[in-house]
Amino acid sequence: MKRLILIVTVLLWFGGVFGQQVLPNVSLKTVDGKAINANEFNNDGKPFAICFWATWCKPCLMELSAIAENYEQWQEDTGIKIYAVSIDDSRTQSKVQPLVSSSDWGFEVILDVNSELKRALGVNNPPHTFVVNAKGEIVWQHVGYAPGDEENLIEKLIEVSGE
Amino acid sequence: MRRLLLLLIMLVSGLVVQAQGIFGGKVTGNFQWDIQASREDSTIGAEKVDEKLLNNAFANINYVNGDFSAGMRFEAYLNPILGFDSQYKGAGIPYRFASYKKDYLEITVGNYYEQFGNGLVFRAYEERNLGLDNAMDGLRVVARPLDGISIKGIIGKQRYYWEDIWDSDNGLVRGLDAEVSLNDLVESWKNSSTRMTIGGSFVSVYEQAKPKYVNIGGSDYRMSIPENVGAAAFRFDFSHKSFFLSAEYAQKGQDPNAVNGFIYRKGNALLLKTSYFIKGLAIALEAKRIDNMSFKSKRDETGNMLNVNYLPAITRQHSYSLMAMYPYATQLNGEMGIQADVMYKFKKNTMLGGKYGTEVKFNYSRVHSIDKQPLEGYALNQAGTEGYTSDFFKVGDELYFEEVNFEINKKLTNKFKLNLMYSYQSFNPVAFGHPEQQNIYANIFVADGLYKFNRKHSLRTELQWLLTEQNYGEWAKGDWLQATLEYNFAGKWFFALSDQWNYGNENGDRTHYYNVSLGSTYNTTRISISYGKQRDGIICIGGVCREVPASNGLFMTITSSF
Repeated sequence: MKRLILIVTVLLWFGGVFGQQVLPNVSLKTVDGKAINANEFNNDGKPFAICFWATWCKPCLMELSAIAENYEQWQEDTGIKIYAVSIDDSRTQSKVQPLVSSSDWGFEVILDVNSELKRALGVNNPPHTFVVNAKGEIVWQHVGYAPGDEENLIEKLIEVSGE
Repeated sequence: MRRLLLLLIMLVSGLVVQAQGIFGGKVTGNFQWDIQASREDSTIGAEKVDEKLLNNAFANINYVNGDFSAGMRFEAYLNPILGFDSQYKGAGIPYRFASYKKDYLEITVGNYYEQFGNGLVFRAYEERNLGLDNAMDGLRVVARPLDGISIKGIIGKQRYYWEDIWDSDNGLVRGLDAEVSLNDLVESWKNSSTRMTIGGSFVSVYEQAKPKYVNIGGSDYRMSIPENVGAAAFRFDFSHKSFFLSAEYAQKGQDPNAVNGFIYRKGNALLLKTSYFIKGLAIALEAKRIDNMSFKSKRDETGNMLNVNYLPAITRQHSYSLMAMYPYATQLNGEMGIQADVMYKFKKNTMLGGKYGTEVKFNYSRVHSIDKQPLEGYALNQAGTEGYTSDFFKVGDELYFEEVNFEINKKLTNKFKLNLMYSYQSFNPVAFGHPEQQNIYANIFVADGLYKFNRKHSLRTELQWLLTEQNYGEWAKGDWLQATLEYNFAGKWFFALSDQWNYGNENGDRTHYYNVSLGSTYNTTRISISYGKQRDGIICIGGVCREVPASNGLFMTITSSF
């Protein structure tokens, strides 16, 4: 009996969870101190990406600087936008703005100081990237970073734009 | 019976999952499963693992439907992997909550995490990979009556492994925090280039007093233990264009406890941060002073659990393993320190910038003890007294940690990126409660090269070299060399080989910590398997650390988000 319940449970979990989730109601701050709610993230009706990162996370910095290299070009071509959500806590949070400015990244940088959005979106470890479509639905996610992943991300964004 | 109940709960949650389309809500979550098999290895000090196989697992399931959300986390440590406290042994649902949120009001019942300001008086958070979790269980209300004003109220008890906290005599934590963002409050300031936020918090812990005796000058005295311990903090953030300044000052009432040696002295903490940043250049400075600020919800507790507050370490958090070999952790009983960062990017098509630009980073940190003078007629830190006096501005004699590091990031060609780093570290083992060990002075070099064969395939090589004349414990003696090769096939899999060699150890050739790992990623699911030796060391996240014993064997991790 127990085993049967267990099997049914597992099937239910893994059979039904792949719905289209939307961005949760979580109050955050932008890197320059303005209040923003995660459910307000938008790109004027175009798709956008959310990248979770931290100043101490090496693969995250590799990912963001790889995206930054071509960001302006990609923005011109496709109108995409990146929200870079930092999960740095009060130990390293004050380094976020200096790092972003000195690296000259053009992303929308958001602070998630006590990992509230990270928890709400089920993120295990950074880097973790989401693609959100025009309707505000999360349509694709990816964990980790390997060189070349940024190309997959942009392809995905273009693919979603076309839908 | 309990297991059946648990299964039924899981079944019901599964039904909810299935039914999400009907009820309109969404289900999200994530899980991680770590499996470790380690065997005895006397060459590195790995001890025998009786169970042969160790497991840590957790799964979060969150349900969101409009303004309502609920969630739970299932955890299983059967038995906990090496380095985790054995009190974690077991399985269950230690975390569950329900929350309702409208624009101006948010109410959470059950478990929650929260932080006031920088966390100097209150922070409930988790670092799952450190085995650190001080989730609150109780009630939380957040009100936003006007744009720019946020008021938070919390009450509850903190998680303590699997203990039934409502049956325990651990302290009850109550807190209030208010924050005003002037620019969001005043319409005409909304788009001003000058921004100001102020905030204040108050936290109080109630814990029943138990009889406690101290011996002063040969006679026993019964201590008068305060049952309510309060702490308050005030903070502001100010920015004007490219300039930023923030400060938080906290003070704590009398709180004789096991960490401070049962002294009555009041505690305080000050954290200052300032930075200046323009396109391509940033300078950041931080200063901190802590005096007797360990704040737990149980006065006899030491270690990482039941922390009410969080005192960030102001040293650089490293990701290269030899750089992180001698990490710093905040000294709760007193420390003062500074940190400076300078980051600069040489532009493309300049002499030093080359074709792609060059990034340089400099970081310096130095942390000392604070000045502590014994009270007249008593030993320093005598239990049952005020403990000591301290001159706020006087730097203590003991150097706890010092580091200077430089980093250069350079893309040399379209296919090759190079990252060079140097660090000098002076590490005082007092920081880890090992005053018997020598101070470590180390020079560390890292060269990290990334070669992209094409859009998908890349090879990363990492060379790390640590030079020191000192030993730390039995298993870290003198110099180290590490080499890593990592092959990545983007979006699919990776393969890595590494060897950490403690060649300065007299056991020389025997102390190779080789490791082979293989992993695969498919969207949000990642599986990695590694085989090899892991040195005995310290893992730190956010300035909180855990000692991890040596191991030799297999480690597998599966993570997934949905």
